[in-house]
Amino acid sequence: MTIRARLQLNRADFTLDVDAQFPLRGVSAVFGASGSGKTTLLRCIAGLERAAGVLQVNGEIWQDETLFMPVHQRPLGYVFQEASLFPHLSVRANLEYGYKRIAPAARRVRLEQVVEWLGLRPLLDRRDTVKLSGGERQRVAIGRALLASPRLLLMDEPLSALDASSKQEILPYLEALHRDLEIPVVYVSHALEEVARLADHLLLLEQGKLIANGPLQEVLARLDLPTAHREDAGVVVEATIAEHDDAYRMTRLTLGENSLWTGHLNPPLGTLIRVRIMARDVSISVQPPHPSSISNILKARITEMQAEGCDKVNVRLSVGQSEVVIARITRRSRDLLQLSVGMAVFAQIKSVALT
Amino acid sequence: MSASDWLALKTTLELAALTTLVLLMLGTPLAWWLASTRSRMAVVIEAVVALPLVLPPTVLGFYMLVALGPNGLIGGLMESLGLPHLAFTFTGLVLASTLYSLPFMVQPLKDAFAAVGTRMTEAAATLRASTRDSFFSIVLPLSRRGLLTAITLTFAHTLGEFGVVLMVGGNIPGQTRVLSIALYDHAESMDYAGAGLLAGGLLAASFLMLLSVYALNRRYRVVHP
Repeated sequence: MTIRARLQLNRADFTLDVDAQFPLRGVSAVFGASGSGKTTLLRCIAGLERAAGVLQVNGEIWQDETLFMPVHQRPLGYVFQEASLFPHLSVRANLEYGYKRIAPAARRVRLEQVVEWLGLRPLLDRRDTVKLSGGERQRVAIGRALLASPRLLLMDEPLSALDASSKQEILPYLEALHRDLEIPVVYVSHALEEVARLADHLLLLEQGKLIANGPLQEVLARLDLPTAHREDAGVVVEATIAEHDDAYRMTRLTLGENSLWTGHLNPPLGTLIRVRIMARDVSISVQPPHPSSISNILKARITEMQAEGCDKVNVRLSVGQSEVVIARITRRSRDLLQLSVGMAVFAQIKSVALT
Repeated sequence: MSASDWLALKTTLELAALTTLVLLMLGTPLAWWLASTRSRMAVVIEAVVALPLVLPPTVLGFYMLVALGPNGLIGGLMESLGLPHLAFTFTGLVLASTLYSLPFMVQPLKDAFAAVGTRMTEAAATLRASTRDSFFSIVLPLSRRGLLTAITLTFAHTLGEFGVVLMVGGNIPGQTRVLSIALYDHAESMDYAGAGLLAGGLLAASFLMLLSVYALNRRYRVVHP
């Protein structure tokens, strides 16, 4: 259950050179700055661009030295940045376009299911697709791709052309897609927030080259990658809802053997949720801190330090058995506290962000 | 209108209809190729297609006459196959008109195909449509304005042709004598009433055709997202 891609594409101003193997399961995000080749890589996987090399999806060869499977024969779905609905067709006809073109025996979803799932019933007989809102159009585009019964769904920044409220409208569907459907997704994005929320696996691209490829949590916990230098650098952890304190309107999460208090969260007890702990929200003290308004203080050990700009330092801390957080502190604090790798410290976590 | 004028009208309509049909079948793939190719030859082909726009019809007619005649490339080939050559025949006229009206079919179609954009065909391909499938299910329907314009312009342009017909077809009633030639004959023999009737008719028909194209284009405006 893997994708193996060894692809090379030379353009006048850009070269893509990627050799990657990643799981064909859950959501694999391709992340990088604009111009890093994310979209080009996705287009090469789809066959919309013709790169040199080998592409194998779940053991099936889509491309090698002698063979290039045309786009329309690849069992994939593609969601473009702009919905790209066919303007001369109704919403229903758009949805059915791919569905009609596959053999009945190969269809794995019915129109009804997709319509129900994406809340498309009120739009079904609309002919004026250009008058739909951005969020509605993108929902139709996702439904249209799903109805082609893809064995791999490719999404090229499906939220980036949408305004903030339409983004919030679509995100739950993408999460549900991840949760409820067994279709592996390759998701291109330049928004770390989306990636942290949706992805299981992360491929990091820089100037057409793959610089990291691994489980999301591991890659985001690395200090040697550009992701660690962002303003919103931080780790993603899985936590369990352990307690709701109704008097103070707070929720306690367990993270390994540690607990974290956070503002009230809705999910019921026992729910596994994903939270982001930003490096800028973590500080370090060497002694058990005095009573403080920050309630989350975890025993930690410094495992790595890297300079961040000229005045800051990123510190990687292991907390508990296997969890890792990153703290961003000033260089001055590091020297005052005489921090060094291997030292036992206390990490104070100001807040956790629900992804 | 005299019986010979009616005959000329029939010949003219047949010629225009047949020319349009032939051009639709030849011009569509050519326009599609021009709209989607990255070949360097495309610019040369485009210039060749546009030539009839600027060339005097008599020049084109002259070369066609030579080619279609018993010693020409096409006529000679016909004769060697035991068939008659094509100078001064209706078939020859259709061939010449096809060349003469080529840009009127190809240019609007090419512009329309190009305006559809690659994104639409890419989306269709990711939804299992082969190139041919997406051409008929996506590109053609989205190009209907251009298609309508191309058909009307080609038909109207062939309707009024004179120089090419005179060179290639001559003036054989029921075969190659078209309205514009009948009109010329009327004027030559000082029959201004007869000439005026044909001229007025051609003017009105051309205007009405163009009017309907522009009106329909306004109604069926396809907006791209």
